[in-house]
Amino acid sequence: MTRHTLSVLVEDKPGVLARVAGLFSRRGFNIESLAVGRTEYPDISRMTIVVSVDELPLEQVTKQLNKLINVIKIVELEPTASVQRQLVLIKVRADATVRSQVLETVQLFRAKVVDVSPEAVTIEATGTSEKLDALLRMLEPYGLREIVQSGMVAIGRGARSITATAVR
Amino acid sequence: MVFGIPGGTILPAYDPLLDSTKVRHILVRHEQGAGHAATGYAQATGKVGVCMATSGPGATNLVTPLADANMDSVPMVAITGQQSRPLIGTDAFQEADICGITMPITKHNMLVTDAAEIPRAIAEAFHIAATGRPGPVLVDIPKDVLQETTSFSWPPELRLPGYRPTTRPHGKQVREAAKLIVGARKPVLYVGGGVIKADASAELLRLAEDTGIPVVTTLMARGAFPDSHQQHLGMPGMHGTVAAVAAMQKSDLLIALGARFDDRVTGQLNSFAPDAQIIHADIDPAEISKNRRADVPIVGDCKEIITELIDAVRTERETARAVDLTPWWDTLNSLRETFPLGYDWPDDGTLSPQYVIERIGAMSPSDTIYTAGVGQHQMWAAQFVKYEQPRTWINSGGLGTMGFAVPAAMGIKAGEPDRTVWAIDGDGCFQMTNQELATCAIENLPVKIAVINNGNLGMVRQWQTLFYGERYSNTDLGTHKHRIPDFKLLAEALGCAGLRAESREEVDEVIAKALEINDRPVVVDFVVGKDAQVWPMVAAGTGNSEIMAARGIRPLFDEDL
Repeated sequence: MTRHTLSVLVEDKPGVLARVAGLFSRRGFNIESLAVGRTEYPDISRMTIVVSVDELPLEQVTKQLNKLINVIKIVELEPTASVQRQLVLIKVRADATVRSQVLETVQLFRAKVVDVSPEAVTIEATGTSEKLDALLRMLEPYGLREIVQSGMVAIGRGARSITATAVR
Repeated sequence: MVFGIPGGTILPAYDPLLDSTKVRHILVRHEQGAGHAATGYAQATGKVGVCMATSGPGATNLVTPLADANMDSVPMVAITGQQSRPLIGTDAFQEADICGITMPITKHNMLVTDAAEIPRAIAEAFHIAATGRPGPVLVDIPKDVLQETTSFSWPPELRLPGYRPTTRPHGKQVREAAKLIVGARKPVLYVGGGVIKADASAELLRLAEDTGIPVVTTLMARGAFPDSHQQHLGMPGMHGTVAAVAAMQKSDLLIALGARFDDRVTGQLNSFAPDAQIIHADIDPAEISKNRRADVPIVGDCKEIITELIDAVRTERETARAVDLTPWWDTLNSLRETFPLGYDWPDDGTLSPQYVIERIGAMSPSDTIYTAGVGQHQMWAAQFVKYEQPRTWINSGGLGTMGFAVPAAMGIKAGEPDRTVWAIDGDGCFQMTNQELATCAIENLPVKIAVINNGNLGMVRQWQTLFYGERYSNTDLGTHKHRIPDFKLLAEALGCAGLRAESREEVDEVIAKALEINDRPVVVDFVVGKDAQVWPMVAAGTGNSEIMAARGIRPLFDEDL
């Protein structure tokens, strides 16, 4: 199975998220990551869905998604032709003895500290899921107290806009 | 025409119905009846069927017919009342999240939260239900929204940016298909319900006669091609004819038109039609290559596709000589002659259910519309009634809804009042929904119900006989043993004529009598043997080449295919 990133443009209406999520679970697909947000058009939202699935079942689920009345357009974003980002907030144990080591790691990953207390620092980092996994591995020895991670968002490289072609 | 039952939250919509001269509302006895009646109406007339119910239990009683309509692609609109907006989400009296409940079993549904949006919502519902691949749409309207006043304009502007069904087929795909059709040695036209939905029977007949290709019609497509036509091999699938099943198995080209490679047609998928290339034409792109990969996919409306195919095949023939199909027909004709559809009379001297159904088909007017419940009687009705026209066979194919027949017959009769409507029902099915006969009697919908009464849940019993060592767990309904209920008396209590036949001699006489009664519904209790079985049969989970023409007879098994 390979990982696919689907960008789904939907009408901003109540229940759309339930329709999309329900369709995936009903047809036996596990959503790895899901992010929903606004677009440059007030009545259109964009969902970025990451699923691990083979080519044929992916085609089937895409066709089924397309049948949902509120779904306007679906585009698969190839990792090489798109920018993909996740955000993670990490509360890591860091007292005075290790704080400088933790901060060094933070700098290496071009992450930043957004909160600090005598026993812990909170780090904000963005990147691909591979980069964030690597950061977490580096921080793990200090003690990860709490992690919160957003869904993946992704946008195609170059000048083309998938929303602009969809609303035309 | 609306089928429904009022209740608390839908009351504001019912009040103006009292003054309406355009809308005929038929007050049913159970919301499930309203839903199946809407389906019967829609399938008989081709128009959108409408049902209406109140919130909570009224709406949840529509769940089965909605799922049924969704599986069989029936254009239907269901309008439900909902608790007032401030009460939604508070577990208020008769509150059910019907949009959430029916999300996976409708083509679309919507909760209207603003009175000004009602006209658009209703217009969109009818548009979505009737276009593309048809299906049920539910519109849920809170009571306080129904009570508001708003300005009304018609027709409203539809706002469906994500809904653009493809109806025009792709020219290149059609030419590609024509090339395969002209070059095939063993082609089969695999016709599904989509051909009836698209009103494409005339075009299909032309394509079949132009090419000389054999035709099979699925359970949903019975009537799409005349049974009397020489090129018709019958129904494929689990209880299809040997010739139809064998034709598909041996075929080198299946031309699927508005069909969806359902498991009841294909049997075990990986041994289905192993040598066939596939042309798959359907209006729903998601059906294409869902179960079986298509070599030539064509998305579009069947009527347009077949029309273009006819021309493309003619053009193709100008350059390429068509293959002689005589050897193919020789094989198929010999199968057809060796294994015709048939039945044996039971050894115990009881009445043969197949005979009863065959006689109903033979004695009724040619434009009679038939419906059925689900089970043995349904399969026999699909096999032994001869269908010559589309929309004369209306059944629950995909969901397999027992209890479909009586309410569906009601809806059919409401839509086609001048035609004879027969419901071929089983004693199990009949006891699920027969209360709608009261509606039929009161609303002057004189349907005819043939209860094929074998005292058992017959199809389940057949499986118990074949696969569970004749251990009959909970399939004897006691309708024979105790004659409870007495269907004749029950019919009379419901305002219908009640008749009964228990022997071969009585059958014709009783059918003739039933055909004469047109001032009220008729129920005929045909008391038949319990051991009759549906043959041919492909056992669930096995491949179609293992079809048994009768118990223990496997015509295709030893032959070199």
